[in-house]
Amino acid sequence: MSTRLAKGGRLVNRGRKVQFSFNGKNLSGFEGDTLASALLANDQMMVGRSFKYHRPRGVVAAGAEEPNGLVNLGEGNQLEPNQRVTTTELFDGLSCTSQNHWPSLEFDIGAVNTYLSRFLPAGFYYKMFMYPRAFWKHVYEPFIRQSAGLGRAPDAHARDQDTYEYFHIHADVLVIGGGVAGLQAALTAGRAGLRVVLMEQTAAWGGRAVVDGGTIAGKPAQDFVDAAISELQGMPNVHLRLRCMGAGVYDHGYVLGYERVNDHAPKQAGPRHRLWKVRTAQVISATGAIERPLSFAGNDIPGVMLAGAVRDYVVNFGVSIGDRTVVVTNNDDAYRTAIVLKEQGLSVPAIIDARASGGGALADQARALGIRVENGRAIAKVKGGRRVTGVAICAQAGEGAVLEEIACDAVAMSGGWSPVVHLWSHCGGKLVWDAPKAMFRPNPDAPPTGADGQGFVICAGAANGAFDLAEVMRDAAQAGAQAARAAGASNASDAAPEADSVVEAPLEPVWLMPQGANIKLRMKSWLDFQNDVKVADVQLAAREGFESVEHAKRYTTLGMATDQGKLSNINGLAILSDALGQPIPQTGTTTFRPPYTPISMGAIAGEARGKIFQPIRRTPMHAWHEAQGAYFEPVGQWRRPYCYPRSGETHGQAVSREIRQVRNSVGMLDASTLGKLVVKGPDAGRFLDMMYTNMMSNLAVGKCRYGLMCSENGFLMDDGVVARIDEDTWLCHTTTGGADRIHAHMEDWLQCEWWDWNVYVTNVTEQLAQIAVVGPNARKVLEKLGGMDVSKEALPFMQWADGQLDGIAVRIYRISFSGELSYEIAVDAGQGQALWDKLQAAGAEFGVMPYGTEALHVLRAEKGFIMIGDETDGTVIPQDLNLHWAISKKKTDFLGKRAQERSHMADPNRWRLVGLETLDGSVLPDGAYAVADGHNANGQRNMQGRVTSTYYSPTLDRGIAMGLVLHGPERMGEVIDFPGTDGKVYKARIVDPVFFDKDGEKQNV
Amino acid sequence: MLTLHCPYCGVHADETELASGGEAHLKRFGPGASDEEFEGYLFMRENPKGVHFERWRHAYGCGKWFLAARCTNTLEVFGTYPAQTTEPPQHVRDAISAKRPGWKWREFS
Ligand SMILES: [Zn+2]
Repeated sequence: MSTRLAKGGRLVNRGRKVQFSFNGKNLSGFEGDTLASALLANDQMMVGRSFKYHRPRGVVAAGAEEPNGLVNLGEGNQLEPNQRVTTTELFDGLSCTSQNHWPSLEFDIGAVNTYLSRFLPAGFYYKMFMYPRAFWKHVYEPFIRQSAGLGRAPDAHARDQDTYEYFHIHADVLVIGGGVAGLQAALTAGRAGLRVVLMEQTAAWGGRAVVDGGTIAGKPAQDFVDAAISELQGMPNVHLRLRCMGAGVYDHGYVLGYERVNDHAPKQAGPRHRLWKVRTAQVISATGAIERPLSFAGNDIPGVMLAGAVRDYVVNFGVSIGDRTVVVTNNDDAYRTAIVLKEQGLSVPAIIDARASGGGALADQARALGIRVENGRAIAKVKGGRRVTGVAICAQAGEGAVLEEIACDAVAMSGGWSPVVHLWSHCGGKLVWDAPKAMFRPNPDAPPTGADGQGFVICAGAANGAFDLAEVMRDAAQAGAQAARAAGASNASDAAPEADSVVEAPLEPVWLMPQGANIKLRMKSWLDFQNDVKVADVQLAAREGFESVEHAKRYTTLGMATDQGKLSNINGLAILSDALGQPIPQTGTTTFRPPYTPISMGAIAGEARGKIFQPIRRTPMHAWHEAQGAYFEPVGQWRRPYCYPRSGETHGQAVSREIRQVRNSVGMLDASTLGKLVVKGPDAGRFLDMMYTNMMSNLAVGKCRYGLMCSENGFLMDDGVVARIDEDTWLCHTTTGGADRIHAHMEDWLQCEWWDWNVYVTNVTEQLAQIAVVGPNARKVLEKLGGMDVSKEALPFMQWADGQLDGIAVRIYRISFSGELSYEIAVDAGQGQALWDKLQAAGAEFGVMPYGTEALHVLRAEKGFIMIGDETDGTVIPQDLNLHWAISKKKTDFLGKRAQERSHMADPNRWRLVGLETLDGSVLPDGAYAVADGHNANGQRNMQGRVTSTYYSPTLDRGIAMGLVLHGPERMGEVIDFPGTDGKVYKARIVDPVFFDKDGEKQNV
Repeated sequence: MLTLHCPYCGVHADETELASGGEAHLKRFGPGASDEEFEGYLFMRENPKGVHFERWRHAYGCGKWFLAARCTNTLEVFGTYPAQTTEPPQHVRDAISAKRPGWKWREFS
């Protein structure tokens, strides 16, 4: 059984007990435990079930590479699935449940899959679910959804109560990894005076060296670590961060750090996670190495663990995995585990060393401690179900004939170590295959390169393939000095403290155990523990032609689990290479993508949630609208009143009331969001003639003209009224959503094409409030305020005038988007509310009321005015909308002119704008398509048009719509069919799009 | 996440401050141009693995458009320069030649 030892555990505080629960069971651990060490201390070896076969799964590792120990952490608003027990620090009150089993962890129905495993080979999903096609929707997909996913998704109504934030920081040298290599590199760069940031993903400095022993500068590794931290803390130019993982390395020295600020102390004030956005000149990746499992039958049974992890649990947490541990290895490092266990008084029945020649000095030390060492041997199979009960031993060179069985309750395995090259690889660093050590390590000649074309990532220590402590220290000092020099320090020293060296016998690559394992054994030799990928699956994929490592990965799902193959990838591609009969470097690795381990969605969102999800733009009268109980809708980043419902009114009723008020008396619209661009300069007229399809240079001062803007590709992109202010100044109105876009569009052409034209463009949208006073009584309202002549004679339709209304300086445009007598009054933003109030007061006797965007839309639709974004969608040209009159024939050039000369643009079969009236007066569904006779090549009904705008018109008391219809304007009076998604077919007559006041008598008074 | 030097305001700008604008040094064809010329201007773009010229706007900075010469493969930036030119300036061409001898891009080399 796994248990807490009587003493030991450098990271735990035995004086402080911590209570937690697992699957409802109350357990206790110590401060400093991880959830994994605390579970193991309580003999909770089995922590979950695998994804496909639901096989029992125990903890295999002690760090970020753990594939099995994933739990649902917390409850309710705090629930988070797939939390790794090895990287979750224990805290008081922690509550978690295991995943992927039903009804219970101990008894699971899905485990029956394991007996079906020979019917569930690699690529099973692809093969099985193809046919019959009709089964997909009703049988296969529901089944897959039912069984898919490891953790439980939080309840849809749950809201994360925690807070998250970003940190932005600039550094000269960012060191990722706080083991002895990272510390030495940080010391070297810090002593050179550079801005250094050092991140360590765990809660403790020192990494493996403090577990594995050894001396640095004549003292234990821990002393070096303590001295280094103390020196670094004294440097004002160095920033240290624990619980902060280097998540991803991106272009030009951009790095994301993921700091778990409060995961270990949920009651502490402050954000839970922090996302560090770092720009750095140089990155040192001192991320260590990950041990590889060995592939033998039954290597997934709980109790089989990485040798290094077994050592970690003993040394760091005072937890033993078993009383009798068999060590199986192809290298010397695993002997350290045997020695540590023996020194703790635990039993090590045997070390099974696959190498015929055996190990070096560490092997001698093990033998001296009385441990039996078997060279050239392998594990034929592990015995046991939910827990290891023993191992069967065979010759590594053979096919698995059992020589002997050894009873044990734990197996410590080591297939060698792989440098953690993820961060090096994220941004394009290349790898080389190091054959003697059987590992991929960074190719120092092909680093990720920055803006200057020079490398900006350097690996140090084990991440660079240096495993011997003396070599690690030299390598780290060199990396620190190299980074410091690249970041501009001339005084960096390469000096490294001396460390002791242990001469190790060379590792022997062992990708399958035993070497000639038969198919029965290979089908029980796991590569990917979480996704249930076995040696036999990868071999099958190779036989079926999946030769690319990326294809084999997706076909078998090897390395696609939440651990992203940290344990399985190298073993898997070695098996694949063997099956393909090619060397490992020729097979290559799959792509390493950020983040290194999953980071929380909360950290990615940061503070951008709820009210500050994005900036909100408010008009000067926004507070008044709010006070009136306006119902707002987002228009770009603006919030505009959609309507102003009164008590007891539906939104539809409010809209109808507002429209009737405008048509019959007077209403007011907050039009401040309308884009307003001042275009000024000697060449402004010439410039606007290029921007608009119609002529703007000949517009008389004091007059307004409706203009259309097309892209260079000929499509209509914006519209609005342009006013000529003086000889060299125009004011261009854009749509609400278009102000910034059109401003940028104008700047683009001015800066990049006609840079010698003397024109300035300024966006004054937010400088001005704009109020539309609309309706037959509009003039009377303005006259009541007094101050300027707003008569038909003094201020006719499509003109503007400057003046004062009751003492407030205004510019009034007589333009109309409703077909009514209409004044759009621009005023300094600061005066907006004052003018609004005066107009409200003056309009009271006419029953003036504000109207919202929906009334605005209906009013314009009743008049057949187009709306950008409704009648246009990026594929519509002005000619489609019968706007030929707004396209200059005189001008030799304007944006879109050449494009509109193309044959497709002049095609008489383009759909064109018409009005649509349902025969029964109902409202056509928005976006509905008109069907024509026959079917197209895909068996779909042919189409002959679509609805672009559709509303209930209170003025006409019926549905009105506009649409684009094949040969529409030539088909007036014809009835066409619009099948709705409600199953009803709407019959609509093609009519003139101007539904109301066809001659425009109301606006021209 | 690239960084590019804005030749107008001198800021070493992060990509989040910038807006990309596609290929640089396009020659505009308007009315009177042949279909082929117009198609080439509007649609035909280089897609090199290597030296490339692009338009960028310092959108959340000074607002100016500028041009960048960079390597699409390694992301090395050879130089940035104001947009008011029809061809890359000599010092930028020299900088590219120093790193990528014999480079060619459209009619430039
Ligand atoms: Zn700038």
